[in-house]
Amino acid sequence: MNVINFVSSFFGESAHWHGYDGIPTRLWEHVQYSLEALVLAAAIGLPIGLLTGHYGRGGNVLSLVATAGRALPTFGLLVVTTIALGFGMLPVMVPLIVLAVPPILVTTYEAMRSVDPPPVDAARGMGMSESGIMLRVELPAALPLILGGLRSAAIQIVSTATIAAYVSLGGLGRYIVDGLYQHDYEKVVGGATLVAGMALATLGLFWALGRAAVSPGVRRSN
Amino acid sequence: MRGLDSPRNGPKLGWSRVGGISQTRRVFGVLIRIDSVTKRYPDGTVAVDRLSLDIPDRSITVLVGPSGCGKTTTLRMINRMVEPSEGTILIDGVDSRQQSVNTLRRGMGYVIQNAGLFQHRTVVDNIATVPRMLGWSKDKARARARELMERVGLDASFAKRYPYQLSGGQQQRVGVARALAADPPVLLMDEPFSAVDPVVRKGLQDELLRLQAELGKTIVFVTHDIDEAVKLGTMVAVLRTGGRLAQFAPPAELLSDPADAFVEDFLGADRGIRRLSFFSSGGLDLLTAPVVAVDATAEQIACRAASDVPYLLVTGLDGRPLGWSEPGALTAGRVDVGQLLPYGRPFVAGKDSLRAALDCAVLSPTGWAVAVDAEGRAAGVVSQTAIGEAIRGAHAHASAHAASVDPKAATR
Ligand SMILES: Nc1ncnc2c1ncn2[C@@H]1O[C@H](COP(=O)(O)OP(=O)(O)OP(=O)(O)O)[C@@H](O)[C@H]1O
Ligand SMILES: [Mg+2]
Repeated sequence: MNVINFVSSFFGESAHWHGYDGIPTRLWEHVQYSLEALVLAAAIGLPIGLLTGHYGRGGNVLSLVATAGRALPTFGLLVVTTIALGFGMLPVMVPLIVLAVPPILVTTYEAMRSVDPPPVDAARGMGMSESGIMLRVELPAALPLILGGLRSAAIQIVSTATIAAYVSLGGLGRYIVDGLYQHDYEKVVGGATLVAGMALATLGLFWALGRAAVSPGVRRSN
Repeated sequence: MRGLDSPRNGPKLGWSRVGGISQTRRVFGVLIRIDSVTKRYPDGTVAVDRLSLDIPDRSITVLVGPSGCGKTTTLRMINRMVEPSEGTILIDGVDSRQQSVNTLRRGMGYVIQNAGLFQHRTVVDNIATVPRMLGWSKDKARARARELMERVGLDASFAKRYPYQLSGGQQQRVGVARALAADPPVLLMDEPFSAVDPVVRKGLQDELLRLQAELGKTIVFVTHDIDEAVKLGTMVAVLRTGGRLAQFAPPAELLSDPADAFVEDFLGADRGIRRLSFFSSGGLDLLTAPVVAVDATAEQIACRAASDVPYLLVTGLDGRPLGWSEPGALTAGRVDVGQLLPYGRPFVAGKDSLRAALDCAVLSPTGWAVAVDAEGRAAGVVSQTAIGEAIRGAHAHASAHAASVDPKAATR
């Protein structure tokens, strides 16, 4: 038996395509967890990154927090939050967010700091408000890097959201956890393949997002 | 005339640049008054030291001086990008701190060295920035932007381009258009042309003079290039290191009467030659006797050769100069144009300055300068000696004139 065989027989089995444990259901659950975690992480990381980057303050504190966040073992955090908060969505979201905020925060900060100063000076000189400068001058210029940060956060979330299965939730992690428990390696490999596929799809999505959201003037001048 | 009219400081222009924007003497009002302003940066650097300047209305005031003398700091104090440590700046008689910074800045165009265009916006949208900020509709702002593109000499086909698709000179034009978009009375420019090559720079300078003549803005222009200062300035403020004013005068006066050794040094070794650009070539006595048409008869040639000029200028049938020839070498009906000595670059009589005339004479292989009219037809020739006499005459006239006007005109 090799991995290719596992994969083809996992996806060839029609039973895997239906019901509450079917691929569409698990995939959709996985997408939901990932999206929710990414949106929450972005809601925390982006504004803080934009503001600290714009005003150029708090960079040291920021990298400290980010390093601490990265050092926390995700799985350990899951255990702790589950013990503290019981089973449910929240204990899963916390470790995913802790995982995703640092890359978003740090790249957003760095991206804003690295914006070419003359246009910002010109904008200020023509009487643009600070929020206008931040959102309409710096953000569009920093967008490619910021999207890069969001992309790595998204990919980490997609691959780590499998942990939801450890605390009885769904998602693609279900196949991996159950497969390991049942010694059903076909299931394990199938689940892992789906996760990898979803990570690739995320890459594609961000590429498309970059095409759509980044101004051609910024994209091509870099 | 708006603003404060100050008899003490109202700069009077004794004479104006030949071929420049105005031939009349004008007396300006004061739009921006910098009143004993000092800037001390937090690290203790005194960038500007008790500077007082009255910046006249509807004219170009140039701040010039060596690197680090506080030009940028002074300029940025006007739109409060830098807050003065001491002293006040009055705009149109009102303390600049009385309105919000953003209102103040929206009334002043701001142009910086590399234009500082927004890379993510097209040319029209860059130019439309301030009108949009002021709440104009997108269509109106863009229409205005297109109008300005034409004004600054940018082809309409550039409208949809992004800044990276423009040359440095074109970007700078967009920068100027963007600063002019909301029609502010004041334009602040910090070394706007220093990053482009000399040919493009000259074009941009001419364009600025033309714009200024058309729009009558009050422009404060920072440069470290004294030639640029002399070319553009209605008034020139020379700053010395430490942010102190060395001299504030019209360029011609700066060149004729530098206040001290520092200013004289800063003006460079050829200030006498440069000063000639302020004297018209109109007073030169042009000789027409040595000018002979290419189809001249033997008699005409003989008669011209009799005049005591060592060379004859041969002109074409259209009156344009072709070249110099020794009188003896000319044979009627068989003038070999290829054998003529080159006549160099002619000057336009009356329009060009004595500097241009002298330059022509110096470059001419015969030592004689060729004058042409506006259509390029030969108007006569003039020798180096005659130009030298005209220069001495102009100097004498200028100093008599200056003494009779106001001995301390505009110098503080
Ligand atoms: N933010 C700042 N903090 C401390 N010192 C400063 C600051 N900005 C400028 N300076 C100092 O103030 C002095 C004047 O600077 P400024 O930029 O006004 O000079 P400048 O005449 O424009 O020079 P340049 O021709 O090189 O542009 C310099 O000595 C400079 O080092
Ligand atoms: Mg400067």
